[in-house]
Amino acid sequence: MAEVILTDTGKKPISFWLPVVAAAGAFAGIFVGTANGSTLAGVLGGAILVGLLGFLAIEMLGRPMEKTVRWAIVALFVVGGFLLGGIPGAVVGGLFGWFYGWFIYWIGYNRYRAKLVPYLTPGQVLWHYAFRVICGAIFVFLITPILVVMPLSFNAENFFTFTPEMLSFDPAGYSLRHYRDFFYSSDWQQALWNSVSIAPVATLLAVSFGTLAAIGLSSEHVPFRRAIMAVLISPMIVPLIISAAGMYFFYSRIGLQGTYVGVVLAHAALGIPFVIITVTATLVGFDRSLTRASANLGAGPVRTFFKVQMPLILPGVISGGLFAFITSFDEVVVVLFVGSAGQKTLPWQMFIGLREQISPTILAVATILVAISICLLTTVELLRRRSERLRGMSPG
Amino acid sequence: MTDATDPDKFTGATPDNALRNSDRAEEQAGPVLAADGTPLKRSLSRALRRQKLRALGLIAPLLIFVLVTFIAPIADMLFRSVENQIVSNTIPNTVQALTEWEGTGDDLPPQSAYEAMYFDLFLAAEAKQHTRLGSRLNYEQAGISSLFRTTGRSLDDIGDDVQDVLEDMDESWGEGPFWYDMMWVGNSGEAARDLFDTKRSQLARMTGESLSGDVNFMPSAQMAEMLPLTTQAYTSWAIFAALVDGDTVKEEEPWEAVFTALAYDLQNGGAERVAAYDGAGAAQLQQAVENLDQIPQIDFQAIMAEADEDWNNVANWRTIKLYSPDYTPGYFLNAVDMQDGLDGFEARPENQQIYMMLFKRTLFMSLMITGSCILLGYPVAWILANLPMRTANILMILVLLPFWTSLLVRTSAWKVMLQQQGVINDVLVWLGLVADNDRLIMINNQFGTIVAMTHILLPFMILPLYSVMQTIPPSYLRAAKSLGATNWTAFWRVYFPQSVPGIGAGSILVFILAIGYYITPEIVGGTTGTFISNRIAYHISSSLNWGLAAALGSILLAVVLILYWAYDKIVGIDNVKLG
Repeated sequence: MAEVILTDTGKKPISFWLPVVAAAGAFAGIFVGTANGSTLAGVLGGAILVGLLGFLAIEMLGRPMEKTVRWAIVALFVVGGFLLGGIPGAVVGGLFGWFYGWFIYWIGYNRYRAKLVPYLTPGQVLWHYAFRVICGAIFVFLITPILVVMPLSFNAENFFTFTPEMLSFDPAGYSLRHYRDFFYSSDWQQALWNSVSIAPVATLLAVSFGTLAAIGLSSEHVPFRRAIMAVLISPMIVPLIISAAGMYFFYSRIGLQGTYVGVVLAHAALGIPFVIITVTATLVGFDRSLTRASANLGAGPVRTFFKVQMPLILPGVISGGLFAFITSFDEVVVVLFVGSAGQKTLPWQMFIGLREQISPTILAVATILVAISICLLTTVELLRRRSERLRGMSPG
Repeated sequence: MTDATDPDKFTGATPDNALRNSDRAEEQAGPVLAADGTPLKRSLSRALRRQKLRALGLIAPLLIFVLVTFIAPIADMLFRSVENQIVSNTIPNTVQALTEWEGTGDDLPPQSAYEAMYFDLFLAAEAKQHTRLGSRLNYEQAGISSLFRTTGRSLDDIGDDVQDVLEDMDESWGEGPFWYDMMWVGNSGEAARDLFDTKRSQLARMTGESLSGDVNFMPSAQMAEMLPLTTQAYTSWAIFAALVDGDTVKEEEPWEAVFTALAYDLQNGGAERVAAYDGAGAAQLQQAVENLDQIPQIDFQAIMAEADEDWNNVANWRTIKLYSPDYTPGYFLNAVDMQDGLDGFEARPENQQIYMMLFKRTLFMSLMITGSCILLGYPVAWILANLPMRTANILMILVLLPFWTSLLVRTSAWKVMLQQQGVINDVLVWLGLVADNDRLIMINNQFGTIVAMTHILLPFMILPLYSVMQTIPPSYLRAAKSLGATNWTAFWRVYFPQSVPGIGAGSILVFILAIGYYITPEIVGGTTGTFISNRIAYHISSSLNWGLAAALGSILLAVVLILYWAYDKIVGIDNVKLG
C-alpha cells in the first residue's frame, strides 16, 4: 500500500518505551511466576528484568552494539530457562529471549512505524498490530492441531501427549514404533489396500463421466441446464449421513450393499460434483473457435477432443480428479454404511481406532495422510497456476 | 461459467444469433434461402436441434449415473419414511377384519378379527415374518414385539389337540394323500381359482418373493363352499409347502392351522353341509361330524388369549389398526415427538420426547459453529485480501492445508489436544494456570464439538469471504477516511456492506455442512454434543428402525434443501469455487 512513504525511525523517549517493554516482560512473568509459586513475584521480576535490559540496550549501548546485545539477551534467557525448567525451559527461554531482544529495539527505535503511513494516530498503530496478533492467533488455531500430531506420532510411549523424555529431546523418547505398527499390522495394511483399490476406480468413473458431462453442459444450448446442474451438484450438498442412509437402504434392496462395486459407485457419485465444478470452470476460458478451426482442418469430433480440447482443459480435469480422489480417500460415513468389513478403508479403520481402542498408530497414519495431502495441495496449486497461465489470466 | 454458456451473451456466429438475424431479415424481404435451397430458418433450426441433442448426449451418461447411484437412494429413503406395507402384507386378513371395528371405545375387536389374526399369524410364524412385524409395531407401542413372539410359539397347540382327536377316529387324517384328494378340485370339478390366487399373492407379498412356481394343487369350489376356512388354510399351506419349502403337496401332512380350521368349520354349520357330501373323504368327515362333541370347542378369542393374555388388551389392537394402512405419517410424527392417537395427532409423553430437543440442539450448535466461523474467518480473510500477493499466498497455505487434510486426521488431532491428559491441559498445568487434579473437561461435550467443528469448517468460511473481499478496492476505505470518516465508520458503512455477500455465502455453506455432520460429533461429542445425524446412524445400524431414520433424514434433507435454494438465490450454485 504505502511502501514508498517511510517514517523517520528515531529514538523514542524513554517515558514511552520503558513502560511498554516492562509490561511485555510482566506478561511473560505471569507464567513463569505462576509455574514457580508466586504470580506477583513473576510479574514484578519480569517487568524489572526486561525493563533493565531495555534500559541497558537502548540508553547505554545503543544501536552500534545491537547484534551483541540481542545475542546476550538470548543467552541470558536460555540459561534462565534451563535453571527453571530444564531443557524444555531452555528452548522456551531462547524463544522468549529472541523475542524480547527484537521487541526492545523495535519499540525503542520507532521501527514499528517504519512501514506505515505517517499520518496514523498512535491508536491506529496499536490497532494495526493488535489486529495482526489476532490474525496470527487464528492462523495458529488453524495449523496447530495438524502440527501437534506430527511429533506425537514419533512418541515412544503409548500416550497421546508429550512425555517428559520427548520434551527434553531425549532420543529415547522418540521411536518409529507406531509407524512399524502401521506397516506390520494386517488390519491397517488391509485398510490401506482397500482405500488404494477403491479410490482410483471411483475417481476414474467420476472423471470420465464428469468431464464428458461438463463439456456437454458448457456448450451453448442445453435445455434444462439449471435443473441438470442442480441434480449433478446435489451429492455435494446433501449431508453425507443422508446420502449414506439412502444408499444403504437402496443398495441393500438391489444387492449392492456390502460389495466393492457398491462402495465404488457411491464414492464416484460423491466425487462427481467436484469434477463438474472444476472442469466447467476451466472450460470458461476455453476458446471455442479452436474446435471450429480443427473441424475446418478436417478433424473429426473425437480427434478434436483428444488433440485440441483435452490438452487445454487437462489441468482442470486433473485437479477435479484429485478432488474426487481425496473425497473418496477421506470418505468414511458412506463407506461405513454401504461397505462391509471387507471394504474397511483407512479412514474407517481410523474411526474405529478413535472410538474404541485408542492407539497412537492413528497418529502415525495421520502424519502419513498429512504428507499425502501436502503433495496433493502442491499439485493442485501448480495445476491451477498453469491453467491460469495457459488462459492468459495471470502474467506469471 | 454462466457467462460462457448463456446463449444471449454470444455475439459470434452461433445458430441462435443467425436465427434472430434471419427473423429480422425476413421482416424486410422474403425468406432467405440456404445454399441447398431450403429456407435458411429451417436449416438453422435443424442445426440448433442437433447441437442440443449432442449436448444432451454428452450429459446423459452422467445424469443417468447420478440418478441411479444417488437420486434413487434418496428417493428410496423418502419413500421408506412413509411406507408401512409390512402390516398389510403380513396380516392382510386381520387388517380387513379390523376395518369394521371402530377402535375408539373399550370394546374388543369382533371375533372375525381374532379368527383372521390366528390364521395370519400362524402363516407369518411359519414364514418367520411375525417377529419383523412385531418389532415394527413395537416402535409404536412397547410390548407388541414380545406379544407376537410368544404367540407365534404357541399357536400350534390347539391344532395338535384337534389332530389327535381326529386321528383317534381315523388314521387317514394324518396322511397327506388323503387330505390332498379331499381338497383337490379333481379332474372334473369346478376350481376355486380366485381363492387360490388370493392366497398366493398374499404369501408372495409377505415373503417378498415372486412365488411363481407350480404348486400342483387347486382347491375345489365345492369344498370352498362346504368347509370355507379349512379350504383357505389348506390352500395357504399347500402354496407354502410347494413354493417356499419345496415339498410335494400330496405327500405332506398339512400343518396344525388346517385342523383348527376344520374343527371350526364343522362346529359352525359345516356339519349340515357335510351330510350331503359324497366326494373323497366323505366317510371320514361324516364320522367326525358324528363325534363332534369330542372335538375341542374352537373359540379364537380364547385361543389367542391363552397364547398371550395381552390379546385382550384393546391398546394393542388399536395400535395394529392405526398402523394398518400402507402409508403412514407415523414415522414423521415420531420424528417430531408426536404420535397418532385416538383424537388425531398428539404429543408423546414427556419422557419419550427426544427428537425436537436433538433438532434444536443441532440447529443451535450449527449456528454457534457458523457464528464462530464468521468471527474467526472475517479477520483472516481481510488480512489475506489486503496483504501483498506473495505474503498472502504463503499465509493461504495455512488455510488450505487444513482444508486438504483428512477429516479423520483433524478430528483425531482435536481429540489429542482436548483430552484431559491432552496437550492443552498439559500446557496449562505446566504453566500453572490449572491444577493437575483439576484439569479442564473440554471433550465429549458441546464445547469440544464446537471447537473441533469450527476448526474443520473454518476454511469453508474463509475461502468465499476471501474471494469476495479481493474484489473490494482498498481505495474505497481510504476515500471514506479522507472524507472524514473514523476507522469504525469507514469499515462499518463502506467496507462491511460490500463484504456481506461473502458472509452470506460462507455462512450458508458452513451451516449446511455443519447441520449434517456425523463423524466429528460422534468422536468428540460425547452424549451432550451429538447431532441429529448421530441419531439417524443409531437407528440405521443399532435399533434398526429404518422408517424413523428415513423420516429424520427427510426432515434434515428438507432443511438443507431450503438452505441450498437460498444459497442458489444469493450466490448461485454455478459460482461455487474450489481451492
